[in-house]
Amino acid sequence: MSTTREPETIVGSINQEPLTSSGSAPKQAETIKLSTERLNFHYGNYKALHDISLNFYANKITALIGPSGCGKSTFLRTLNRISETIRHTRIDGRITLDGEDVLALDVTNLRRRVGMVFQRPNPFPKSIFDNVAYGVRVNGMARGTSIREVVEKSLHRAALWDEVKDKLHETAHALSGGQQQRLCIARALAVDPEVLLLDEPCSALDPIATAKIEDLLFTLKDDCTIVIVTHNMQQAARVADNTGFFLLGKLIEFDQTEVIFKNPAAKETEDYITGRFG
Amino acid sequence: MSAAPTILPRSRVGTFADRLRAGDQFAYTLTLVCAASIFLVTCLLVYELWIGSALSREKFGWNFIFTSTWDPVREDFGAVPFMFGTVVTSLVSLLISVPIGLGAAIFLSEMALPSISDTLTFLIELLAAVPSVIYGLLGIFLLVPVLESVVVPVLKGTLGFLPIFSGPFYGVSLFSASVVLSVMIVPFIISVSREVLLAVPVDQREAALSVGATKWETTWQVVVPYAKRGIYGSIFLALARALGETMAVTMVIGNTPKVQTSLLGPGDSIASVIANQFTEATSDMYISALIELGLVLFAITIIINGLARLLILTTGGRVAK
Amino acid sequence: MLSLTGACTVVIIGILLVILGYLFWNGARYLTVDFFTKLPAPVGESGGGMANAIVGSGKLLLLAVLIGVPFGFLGGVYLAEFGTGIFPSVVRYMTDLLNGVPSIVIGIFAYGVVVARMHHFSTLAGGVALGVMMVPIALRTTEEFLRGVPQSLREGAMALGASKARTIATVVIPAAIKGIFSGMMLDLARVAGETAPLLFTSLGNRFWSPGWDKPTSALPEMIYHYAISPYDEWHRQAWAAGFVLLTLVLLVNIIARQVLARTSHAG
Repeated sequence: MSTTREPETIVGSINQEPLTSSGSAPKQAETIKLSTERLNFHYGNYKALHDISLNFYANKITALIGPSGCGKSTFLRTLNRISETIRHTRIDGRITLDGEDVLALDVTNLRRRVGMVFQRPNPFPKSIFDNVAYGVRVNGMARGTSIREVVEKSLHRAALWDEVKDKLHETAHALSGGQQQRLCIARALAVDPEVLLLDEPCSALDPIATAKIEDLLFTLKDDCTIVIVTHNMQQAARVADNTGFFLLGKLIEFDQTEVIFKNPAAKETEDYITGRFG
Repeated sequence: MSAAPTILPRSRVGTFADRLRAGDQFAYTLTLVCAASIFLVTCLLVYELWIGSALSREKFGWNFIFTSTWDPVREDFGAVPFMFGTVVTSLVSLLISVPIGLGAAIFLSEMALPSISDTLTFLIELLAAVPSVIYGLLGIFLLVPVLESVVVPVLKGTLGFLPIFSGPFYGVSLFSASVVLSVMIVPFIISVSREVLLAVPVDQREAALSVGATKWETTWQVVVPYAKRGIYGSIFLALARALGETMAVTMVIGNTPKVQTSLLGPGDSIASVIANQFTEATSDMYISALIELGLVLFAITIIINGLARLLILTTGGRVAK
Repeated sequence: MLSLTGACTVVIIGILLVILGYLFWNGARYLTVDFFTKLPAPVGESGGGMANAIVGSGKLLLLAVLIGVPFGFLGGVYLAEFGTGIFPSVVRYMTDLLNGVPSIVIGIFAYGVVVARMHHFSTLAGGVALGVMMVPIALRTTEEFLRGVPQSLREGAMALGASKARTIATVVIPAAIKGIFSGMMLDLARVAGETAPLLFTSLGNRFWSPGWDKPTSALPEMIYHYAISPYDEWHRQAWAAGFVLLTLVLLVNIIARQVLARTSHAG
């Protein structure tokens, strides 16, 4: 890196806003579904996230990219407060969902509204049916035959129904990796989330399974707002409307995906996109 | 097209959340109480031993563990014959079981094919599941006659000049108890030692073999020393068990409170005398003395168990999983 | 070296086979239907059985399970899912301590807590002794298998909106239940063969023992008293009882260990 512009000077405007190119900023008329304001996150004494301010627009797919260890997964996990399952962590700053402070909401209700799919498929050691129905039962959202309807609908939405409709009561572990991940998506969809967070959902999958899931995301964004963390830039370029670039726990740049990949404003972004580091 | 999200109305959110929080709190408290009960029971155990032995402790003080008389009639009690019996039978049982057990552990970890090793280990661990009273039953009717007819004559013939094998042998004896104990503790030595030996990294063995060591040399000079601490731990574990064994011992030891040099004479152990005499104890002092014996045994086993765990735990740091 | 170490192994396996063989041969020889159905005959007379001892063992084990399993299981849940700070380490240390206490000393404990207060021997006292003996292994087994459940399953459930208690009850425990149950069965089999703690708690009884507040006989206790008696008839019955007891204990051990072996492969 020749004439290094320090990340601080780029992001270091008064409001610490991430850089966006003028003229192609996300339209302010679009609704903001989920947002963070000066979000800081600590593991014990270690500060993992620095003043992240970011808007996720409704019914759009936002990708978060950046090198390993840059904090994008950590950030994602604060959005549904699943980070709280680890001890000695602290969130400072504001996270809002439809304008409400997420930290003040009841956390189990939050997690129903903001769903998550994890990096490695983690189906429960139960049947396919019971996996999808789990969230529905636990949240008391349906009973009896309507559970069956919800399960069927969710499996359809996750493009898995045809493959499992004859073996709903078999164990989920008999499915392939790609199928298990789609099952986890169906499971998350069954509770009708408004936001779906996906943490590198395809990193453990083969290209064909990956393609299926990417196609899925396009159909899902009509019903929810999607945030996907990915280390695969091509994936971000393929699926996301907006993209945020993270580095060393800071948000360096956030803009429409096209802009990030064709005309990034920050040198760090450009270096990452062109593969100078990764 | 946006599916209407099922947002719970504000009022229901509050109560649902409260119920969830209450559920978590209840689960936490309930499980905490159960965990704490272990703590309480252990304290209560020590308390009962302490209170129950109070009469005896007040009368005899520290002399209790230095006196060798055990006279219920005159109410003069001392722990020495039983401590002697406990320690002697346990140590002799170790002398018998450690070489054989270690040998078998080495065979199972270094020599045998994994499938054979697993099957044989499974069978040996079944030995550990046999109840003590069954060992006692076999001890009385199988072991003692065999010792009488075959083993002891041979011993006396070869090593009879040794004081430990002097004197007459009437079956029930310290020696018989030691042999029974050794059968009972050998599965523990094998099981733990085998695991510790298996955990020694392959590259240690390969390093020795690649400089030309034989398998025997590798095993004794590299593998076993590496696993040394865990093996000592297994020995201490076995010792702790031997010290507390009651039924099999009391059925073959002879139930005679006596200190002697010969293993072939009858003796007694702490656990054995408690089992034998507790229900026949006629006075409060008698019972108190027996409970004090229990306190002594408790103290001994805690110390040995503590040492055992220290050894096995510190091996965990060295030995790769 | 092969021959030396192999010989050691052969000796031990040989001992196992001799033990099993001799016991089963003698036990089968003397096992009759009366053994299961009749009460002990008066001293010196032949015949009779151990029906009361079988029932007595059943009652004692029932009490042991009722006392030992809840505390052990829930305590294990605490250590695996909730424990923070130094308290869990203290509990673990105490558990190992309790586990290492000789069973005769547990008998003294139960004597002090139950018998001395009730002023008589009872089934309850024996059940308490056995129950206390069950707790340490029940707790460690539960903790171990709960810890074996991957964290990703817990996160998956919580991400769907399940509370911690719900997650534990509906995802974590079911995932570990096979191992926990097998461990409990092994614990029960171990306690079923214990004699020492019964000798001055439930004591023994040549007749039926209705209710829970009277002394009762138990299989291992009968074996002991019959084996050390001077009567041949009682020796024969001791063999039969040993056969029954060992068969049950070994069966449970074999089945439970097989299940455990398969759980660790699948898990």
